[in-house]
Amino acid sequence: MSNAIEVQELTRKFGSFTAVNAITFTVGSGEVFGFLGANGAGKTTAIRMLTGLLAPTSGEAQVAGFDVFTQAEEVKRKIGYMSQRFSLYGDLTVRENIALYGGIYGLDDGEIRERSEAMLGHLGLRDSGDDLVASLPLGWKQKLAFSVALVHQPAVVFLDEPTGGVDPVTRRQFWEMIYAAAADGTTVFVTTHYMDEAEYCDRVSIMVDGRIGAMGTPAELKAEFKVGTLDELFVRLARPAGNATVAGGGG
Amino acid sequence: MMRPGAMRAFMVKEIRHILRDRQTLTILLLLPLAMVVLFGYALRSDVKDVRIAFVDPMPDDATGAIRNRFAGSARFQVVDVVPTVAAVEPLFRRGAADVALVFEPDLAGRLSRGSPAQLLLIGDVSDPNTGTTIQAYASAILADYQRDLSTARSGMRIEMRTRMRYNPTLESVNLFVPGLIALVLTLVSALMTAISLSKEKERGTLEVLLVSPLRPWQIILGKVLPYLLLAFVNVVTALLAAWAVFQVPFRGSLALLLVASMLYSMVSLALGVLVAAITTSQRAAMIGAMAGTMLPNELLSGMIFPIASLPDWLQWVTIVIPARWYIVISRGIMLKGAGIEHLWSEMLVLVAMLAGFLLLAVRSFSSRLD
Repeated sequence: MSNAIEVQELTRKFGSFTAVNAITFTVGSGEVFGFLGANGAGKTTAIRMLTGLLAPTSGEAQVAGFDVFTQAEEVKRKIGYMSQRFSLYGDLTVRENIALYGGIYGLDDGEIRERSEAMLGHLGLRDSGDDLVASLPLGWKQKLAFSVALVHQPAVVFLDEPTGGVDPVTRRQFWEMIYAAAADGTTVFVTTHYMDEAEYCDRVSIMVDGRIGAMGTPAELKAEFKVGTLDELFVRLARPAGNATVAGGGG
Repeated sequence: MMRPGAMRAFMVKEIRHILRDRQTLTILLLLPLAMVVLFGYALRSDVKDVRIAFVDPMPDDATGAIRNRFAGSARFQVVDVVPTVAAVEPLFRRGAADVALVFEPDLAGRLSRGSPAQLLLIGDVSDPNTGTTIQAYASAILADYQRDLSTARSGMRIEMRTRMRYNPTLESVNLFVPGLIALVLTLVSALMTAISLSKEKERGTLEVLLVSPLRPWQIILGKVLPYLLLAFVNVVTALLAAWAVFQVPFRGSLALLLVASMLYSMVSLALGVLVAAITTSQRAAMIGAMAGTMLPNELLSGMIFPIASLPDWLQWVTIVIPARWYIVISRGIMLKGAGIEHLWSEMLVLVAMLAGFLLLAVRSFSSRLD
């Protein structure tokens, strides 16, 4: 298996509105792939299809070597997912949250114990293992949520705007964790609104109105579109789509 | 593929949620106790102020003395003295009297001759407990009077007749307990699951669970089982409270009642899941569970208002109310000692409802994803 994600002509329509319009791309194993786009451009719909939450209208997609639509159960076991909204339980302790997701992904008690301790050590949370997650600062929560999404060592991890509302220092640390995961061979599929973060990605794609408007390494894109930063490119691509964004809504 | 480990992890989480929310748990555990006691006392007519009317066709010394004794008792309050039994009817109808004591004509004469005298106590007592109590008080007063007459030879018999035709909705604790259990089970099962599941939906954790290898039915089962356990504890508490505080009789098989209660709980749980699946916020789920399960189960189940007294079309509606069937079963077991051979058809209705709601719930739950 050379590619972690292969998508061909993937399309999703809601009534007459086409949220995702025949997108095609691949993501290599161990790659950090930035999936960018304005609100309503179709990012979330695409992610929901790739994670098996949403059926496509047409097209094909393979994740971790399995067909997302015919082999959904195999795919689910191979992927990790961190949603836009905080996915841990505030009324459970740090250890209990880890045990929950470890258990759901089929780890045995020994593995859970081992990985919990390793994770707490990495995160510097060893003293807070039995604290309720609700009592942790937001930055810690997000880092913990990311680690928990990796607890079963998935082939691909989907991060949907993982750094929303997080301070710049924590964001930097968060990206260090992403690199570490990629270095361990995990493919990272990440959406973000922060263009400085997009610069950290191996490759990015920018969705505009349900299509992929641009794709490549940050350096390639800047050269191709003759812009200084991805931010400029993003604004240039997203702007003509402004009216469609308003009309389109739920992407 | 079945993943027992995944289910176990999920259920442990659910149990932790329940145990950690101490306030809610306390309320849920004390609820059956509080409800049985409150409803039980509220629905009992107060035996301290029994309003009594006398039917005295031929007032004499004896009837006068007896009337005075009743008037002097703190338990009774004399509302009227009328000459004929027919004249007490309007008093009952207006709700002005609870009981009427009917004297035989020439009571003093009979007593002095030593011939047996009969007194008739007519009660507007659809509640047998209260009726028995009132009868005991009345007997005590009459026994006192007899002793003072020191005519031990003369037998004065009091015959108690109860009338159910007045105030039929004033049901006894006995009749009420089965309905109360249904109400508590609805609350714990339908309302709590609906809230818990819609909370996951609202917070976005459900999405993460759905991306995981857990199947929708596993998520539903994991949500539902801990509440089933809680419901079981509630049934036992309610029964114990009813027995300890009100001496509600228990004539049938406890095992059968528990099975029926769990069956009813599962129907309610499935309804709760269904409500959570079709609503998008906790608030909507709560209101939906209240309006969709609590209210109909309370009002259209025969718990408070007898089904026979409802308009025809509403009687038809009660067919789809799970509590209606459960109450028939639990009243049958508790009060009549009925066995499965009498109640299997009601049980089957509940099983069919469970299957139907469960199917709808799992389906609407899964279709939410598209």
